[in-house]
Amino acid sequence: MEQSSKSVIRAQNLGKQVAGPAGILTILDNISLEVKYGESVAITGVSGSGKSTLLGILAGLDLPTRGKVFLDNTELTALDETGRARLRNRRVGFVFQSFQLLPSLTALENVMLPLELAGNGAARELAQAQLDKVGLTARIAHYPNQLSGGEQQRVAIARAFAVDPLVLFADEFTGNLDRQTAAQVVELLFRLNSERDTTLVLVTHDESVATHCSRILTLDGGQIQPHVSV
Amino acid sequence: MSLFRLSITLLLRDWRAGELRLIGLAVIIAVAGMTTVDFFTDRVSQVTEIQATELLAADLVVGSAEPFGQEFIEQARNMGLNTALTVGFRSVAVFDDRLELVEVKAVQSGYPLRGRLLVSEQLFSEEASSRTIPRPGTAWPDARLFQLLDFNVGERVNLGSSSLRAEKVLTYEPDRGGDMFNIAPRLLINLADLDATGLIRPGSRATYRLLVSGPGDAVTRFRDMIDDHDEYDIRGIRDARPELRTALDRADQFLGLAVLVSIALAGLAVALAAQRYAVRHFDVCAIMRCVGADSAKIIKIYFFQLLVLAVVCSGIGCVIGYLGQSGLAALMRGLVARPIPAPSMTPVFAGMTAGVMTVLGFAMPQILRLKHVTPLRVLRRDLVPLPVSNLGIYAAAIACLVLLAPWKPDNMDLILYGFTGLAITGLASLLATRLAIHWLNRLRSGVGIAARFGLANVVRRAGLSTAQILAISIGAMVLTLLVLVRTDLLANWHNRLPPDTPNYFLINIQPDEVDEVTKFINDRAGLALRTYPMIRARLISINDEVVNPDDYEDERAQRFARRTFNLSVADTLREDNRLTAGAWWEDTSDNLFSFEEEFARTLRISLGDRLEFKIADQWISGTVASTRWVDWDSFNVNFFVVANPGTLDGYPATYITSFHLAPENRQLLIELVKAWPSITVFDVDAILKQVRAVMEQVVKAVEFVSGFTLLAGIIVLLAALQTTHDERRYEAALQSTLGAGRGHILAGLVAEFAILGLIAGIVAALTATVAEVLLAEYVFRMDIVINPWVWLITPMLCTLLVVIGGLAGTRKILSTPPVLALRQT
Repeated sequence: MEQSSKSVIRAQNLGKQVAGPAGILTILDNISLEVKYGESVAITGVSGSGKSTLLGILAGLDLPTRGKVFLDNTELTALDETGRARLRNRRVGFVFQSFQLLPSLTALENVMLPLELAGNGAARELAQAQLDKVGLTARIAHYPNQLSGGEQQRVAIARAFAVDPLVLFADEFTGNLDRQTAAQVVELLFRLNSERDTTLVLVTHDESVATHCSRILTLDGGQIQPHVSV
Repeated sequence: MSLFRLSITLLLRDWRAGELRLIGLAVIIAVAGMTTVDFFTDRVSQVTEIQATELLAADLVVGSAEPFGQEFIEQARNMGLNTALTVGFRSVAVFDDRLELVEVKAVQSGYPLRGRLLVSEQLFSEEASSRTIPRPGTAWPDARLFQLLDFNVGERVNLGSSSLRAEKVLTYEPDRGGDMFNIAPRLLINLADLDATGLIRPGSRATYRLLVSGPGDAVTRFRDMIDDHDEYDIRGIRDARPELRTALDRADQFLGLAVLVSIALAGLAVALAAQRYAVRHFDVCAIMRCVGADSAKIIKIYFFQLLVLAVVCSGIGCVIGYLGQSGLAALMRGLVARPIPAPSMTPVFAGMTAGVMTVLGFAMPQILRLKHVTPLRVLRRDLVPLPVSNLGIYAAAIACLVLLAPWKPDNMDLILYGFTGLAITGLASLLATRLAIHWLNRLRSGVGIAARFGLANVVRRAGLSTAQILAISIGAMVLTLLVLVRTDLLANWHNRLPPDTPNYFLINIQPDEVDEVTKFINDRAGLALRTYPMIRARLISINDEVVNPDDYEDERAQRFARRTFNLSVADTLREDNRLTAGAWWEDTSDNLFSFEEEFARTLRISLGDRLEFKIADQWISGTVASTRWVDWDSFNVNFFVVANPGTLDGYPATYITSFHLAPENRQLLIELVKAWPSITVFDVDAILKQVRAVMEQVVKAVEFVSGFTLLAGIIVLLAALQTTHDERRYEAALQSTLGAGRGHILAGLVAEFAILGLIAGIVAALTATVAEVLLAEYVFRMDIVINPWVWLITPMLCTLLVVIGGLAGTRKILSTPPVLALRQT
């Protein structure tokens, strides 16, 4: 695939500093990385190593203190929040540890949400198809609090894939699940990922999850350690 | 379109989850209160004219001491007007050997031209309206005459040379109140029978009235035509019953105040509920941001939500208002004519606008916070948008209230005082809370664990505690104020009509009769009468400029400029008068006048103006030396214009006096009338009773509308407590996890609520007292009464209410398993 040789994510000299009680705290320190189309990358590291901050910046949820991020050749760091939101809507999907479903909406409505925000006229049909794929056909009218943790995460995965994203970002997405359910969800995510040829960037503590990825980046003290290819 | 649908979906779900209930309820209550009053005032304004015409039984009444010529009546008819003649006089009705002085009214077919007569077939049986008048040869006595003469329907009563069959019992005649001659019972007869009685001869004392009704312009033309005839006493609809209008105006002020406060309280509840709503939606917004909604879309979603909520709840409020106004109309029955027309739909527009503005003005500043929710919150929940600046919230709220205020333009003073009151309460709450928190913090080490926990919570959440105390104290202040107004000011008004308030007026006392009449009353009833001269005069010029009624736009001024009014003489300033400008006169040979301030303003007369009056066929001029405020409610004899002693000497005058006569001495009046037939007796008792009844009704109406204010206050309390509900739940769960028993958690909550309630209660007592003083002084113009009980009762009740309301609102906290509470927080 011609695309696979190109970078879907390019980060140059990223730095993130925040003001803390003890002075300026450096969270990310001069990070440069590239992620190719269709690649799956795991970001690992100990607590406080800056994994989630890096994920947030790569996904355009946050801005670095310095450096640039390009997503599908668009410089995220040069866009305002509206522009970044638009880009997220069209190119990016998310799966989170705490599922992040809207409690007021049913499973189906949660999956429809990004499609409707993108003005997709076939939101309902597409959302239904996604829920079929994650095995929740019978649960589409349920509200999040009526679903188990595993089911909620499957709804979140269906929502993430609904817009057919270029890149899927996942943050500790098995963190709130038991081992067996976690394994099922991991299997589902990677299956859908390979079917769609989506680029996957995930943050995880769980080595068994990380080993599913084609590349692992380990963060320590805000810097990427020499990487290990799996 | 999908955004709108999404808004509705979120709205419905949030409503079901109870997230928006307080906002919705607050709007419903505010709009219901407002439209109840609006629908009612709309109906009242529609009936005002009808009512006034009913009180005259016509559109215009021309009174005369002489019979009207046929030509005169024809003139009216030729102008397309309906006419009916009445002749009123006093005589004696006889049944068996019993005599009774009666007020006879002989009426012509067509009477009354406006309003209806009410009659009953038997004494005290059900009354019904009558389209006819007594047939010739019959009479309709009122119930009192039946009782005094002890006879029955169907029996014959003698009047002069005639014997008339008493066919029905007269229970109501629309223009009876206008006559105010209640001294003797009424006997209504057909005008055709008048001659046969032989009672009316040339020179007999009788009042002839020509009742006129018809198209407005024809009535005006007829009035203009006869206006210059001094021999006629002309009364139009605008001259009717000023005392009732004052009462209605006062009612309107009370109701306006209650409604304004309901709206302000509802706004406060909306702001508090919206604050919590916004905080609870940070996560939702972060997720939406994350999946691609920009801030504009998020605001649109919530704007639509609020708009739909506001429209639906305002609609419900309007429906309740429509139902509520019928309740109000029932309470105010008798103040307005029957039948009262259905209200127009104009208040719906005002209600919908007010509802939408209350929601948007008070909730949007909070909702706008959602614009600043960062999508990164999905990864880091500690990222909270900056709170809205208080300045922004207050500016939005004040702008909203100011925009809403003009719906009652007559009440601008009241609105201004209302705003000032609320602002003062706000500042006082803020100051008191800060001081109390500072002081309470020192007490912490000296109290038990539960109280310490309560104190610690109040102190730690200083910002939220302040907001809660502010909200509760404003609610409590309003309710306290309403109770104070109800008990103190109205009781005060009642008390101002003490039992010895004059209940009879004697007018038309000739100068040579004054001494005899005074002596008669003094001898028989032990009353020392004070008589006042009345000199009928017409204002001719002001500063040598001829007064032309057409120069005035104000109808009242035109009327004053056109007709004669009474001048009197005063040597000292009366107790129920107060100088508002100029100085009271000393001994002087100058001709000086003192004007009632409102009367002077209406006629554009100022201090120092030189005036010329025409009295009979003489002219007199003088200078305006002062203006006075007159307490018309005192029911003492008072005049628009008084002159200094000497000025009006030698001009034709009659005398007037007023006194209080116990009911058992009424017989005295009959003797008085027999001895001095030219004297006219006014029975004020009936009017007083009516005014008292009016005030009772006004009180009931205000209480009814205050119900909405009370509900709004309760919603504020709930909304204020809800703002910290999630935090409390978490803390309770944590305490429970650490081994605290239910009793311990409960005691901590009670201590916290009690402290909040107590501070709010003290602030409410303070500000309500200040507001009452201001209202008494500047709005209702009554004497100030400070009620000491308010300092005990308000803090106590407020504490109790906040503890009960707080515990009711937090009972779920105690029943939620700690693990669930900790997981959900």
